[in-house]
Amino acid sequence: MAAESLIEIRDVTKTYGQGETAVHALRGVSLRVEAGEYIAVMGSSGSGKSTLMNILGCLDVPTRGEYWLDGSDVARLSEDQQALVRGRKIGFIFQSFNLIPRTTALANVELPLTYAHLRRGERRKRANRALELVGLADRTGHRPNELSGGQQQRVAIARALATGPRILLADEPTGNLDAHSTDEVLGMFDDLHADGRTIIVITHEHDVAARARRLVQVSDGRIVADEVTR
Amino acid sequence: MSPRDLMGAALRGLTANKLRSLLTVLGVSIGVGAVIVLVAVGNGSGKAVQARLEAMGTNLLTVSTTGGGGGFQRGQAGPAAQQYSLTLDDSAALADKQLAPDVSAVAPVMTSSGATATNGDTSYTVNQVIGTTPEYMTATNTPVGTGASFTQQDVDTSQRVILLGQTTATELFTRPASAVGQTIKLGAVDFVVRGVLASKDSTGFNDPNATAIVPISTLRATQAGYGALSQIVVQAVDKDRVDTAQSEVTQLLTARHKVPATETSPFRITNSAQILQTSQDTAATFTALLATVAAISLVVGGIGVTNIMLVTVTERTREIGIRKALGARRRTILGQFLIEATLLSLIGGAVGVGAALIVTRFQLAGVQPVLVPSSIGLALGVSAAVGLFFGSMPAHRAAGLRPIDALRHE
Ligand SMILES: Nc1ncnc2c1ncn2[C@@H]1O[C@H](COP(=O)(O)OP(=O)(O)OP(=O)(O)O)[C@@H](O)[C@H]1O
Ligand SMILES: [Mg+2]
Repeated sequence: MAAESLIEIRDVTKTYGQGETAVHALRGVSLRVEAGEYIAVMGSSGSGKSTLMNILGCLDVPTRGEYWLDGSDVARLSEDQQALVRGRKIGFIFQSFNLIPRTTALANVELPLTYAHLRRGERRKRANRALELVGLADRTGHRPNELSGGQQQRVAIARALATGPRILLADEPTGNLDAHSTDEVLGMFDDLHADGRTIIVITHEHDVAARARRLVQVSDGRIVADEVTR
Repeated sequence: MSPRDLMGAALRGLTANKLRSLLTVLGVSIGVGAVIVLVAVGNGSGKAVQARLEAMGTNLLTVSTTGGGGGFQRGQAGPAAQQYSLTLDDSAALADKQLAPDVSAVAPVMTSSGATATNGDTSYTVNQVIGTTPEYMTATNTPVGTGASFTQQDVDTSQRVILLGQTTATELFTRPASAVGQTIKLGAVDFVVRGVLASKDSTGFNDPNATAIVPISTLRATQAGYGALSQIVVQAVDKDRVDTAQSEVTQLLTARHKVPATETSPFRITNSAQILQTSQDTAATFTALLATVAAISLVVGGIGVTNIMLVTVTERTREIGIRKALGARRRTILGQFLIEATLLSLIGGAVGVGAALIVTRFQLAGVQPVLVPSSIGLALGVSAAVGLFFGSMPAHRAAGLRPIDALRHE
């Protein structure tokens, strides 16, 4: 029996609304993720992938079921402790980038570092390094509306990576990108995986899923397949 | 997040929408400025009235008669009124050191209004022609500016001499100083201008400079006839003896006019110290009233801050979601918005104070405002409190959102 998993959810359900109009986005999902895994999550639209990911990212809470992260029960963490988890342990990449408007790329990447109480100089340094890593060293002063979609996604990735989180959660990170940008982003994920980080990626594209080591398939709020692919 | 980072985030939030922030600041600054300026105006007008009354002399008593005592039947009012009317003999008796030791100067006063003064082709209707004795000038603090006062001898011999108030002199001669020594007509009678009175500040609605003063004997002979005196002006020897002087005057007059003990005194004695007190009370009420009006505008400014913060929070709900997803704690979000709201009202407060400092250097509605330092502190404090109080509601709302709800906000 291996030691505690990094991520473990047990029989998680998520229901939106009540009574007849209730939507069961998740109908009992259990999943264990060990540290260092690279997992792709696939499934048709509306199957509950994003809902699952939001719960894993501590952005949302399950209606029922347990979520254990790194040995602690997330439901029992205080609001501040959850904020700490979001800021330190998890890097979340949104499908829609979610950069803060009217704020430079550098400031966007600095933000999680600010919330992690890093000093100004250190923040600058790390943010610049993260932007360099995603190939945007020459775009640090640009605001989101001055960047292409691919560049914005790379800023979002840099932001997720800046704090050096152990877990990277990406909800369709390449959904808005062309083949070339997709390749670049996937290359970065490969590097991060090689670096020992845990990556969970939601995608609709098979070639994206093919880069992962494990494929989880979701359908109508349930996990219908879970296999190691490589 | 360090205070400096919080401040930076708040400043960026504010500058993101400059016009809106500016208008909100304006609302608060008008409120703060209004408080300071209006309190200063109230204070200034109170101080001005006080200064004028003090210049008038605080040891002054003015005696007049109400005509008849309260206990009289209607039909008897006529003779009774005559019985109690003030006479030159009363005035002479009050001047008697033996009878009224605390009285230092007494001046009988008769007035006639609406007389027309003429200098060649120029004529002017004098508000009030005062007939009196030279003591009047010292007792009521009415100094002669140019020329000289008339003397007791002028009074005794009913000389046709006249002292002109500033306005009267200006109307008749354009240059007041040139009036001295000239002859004017008052009604149909020629008067020689002895002097021009120094300018007086107004204490009421009437222009105190639209007057002329002549010897009382002359006024009786030429204008007003030999009726009763309008009033007797009495000066107490000292500010602290005003009350004793007042009772001496009352006693003396009651005795002279044989007022029955059962009757309320028909003599009305106004005491300048009392007037001063009354006017100070009035000024305080006035100031409080102005301050209330101003406070209302401050509250309105505060509502402006709340409104803007509500809009800001709603507009930036997604941003709040992003910040929370990136690890921002509730109190960090709360701090950012609270600082934004407080900055808005503090900047507004500072601008308001600055504007008020400038505005209060000028006369407003004829009043020279006098700043009340505590009103500045109060207005600034209130504006900061307004920011905290009014900003906290939307800020709490924002900080309490679950990240996913904030992120899904459209
Ligand atoms: N806030 C919400 N209120 C009500 N229903 C919701 C809410 N969020 C999601 N749902 C519903 O839950 C179900 C799962 O949604 P989810 O976003 O997880 O799908 P998904 O698998 O990510 O789809 P896609 O591939 O299109 O992104 C959907 O039927 C959706 O309509
Ligand atoms: Mg989705």
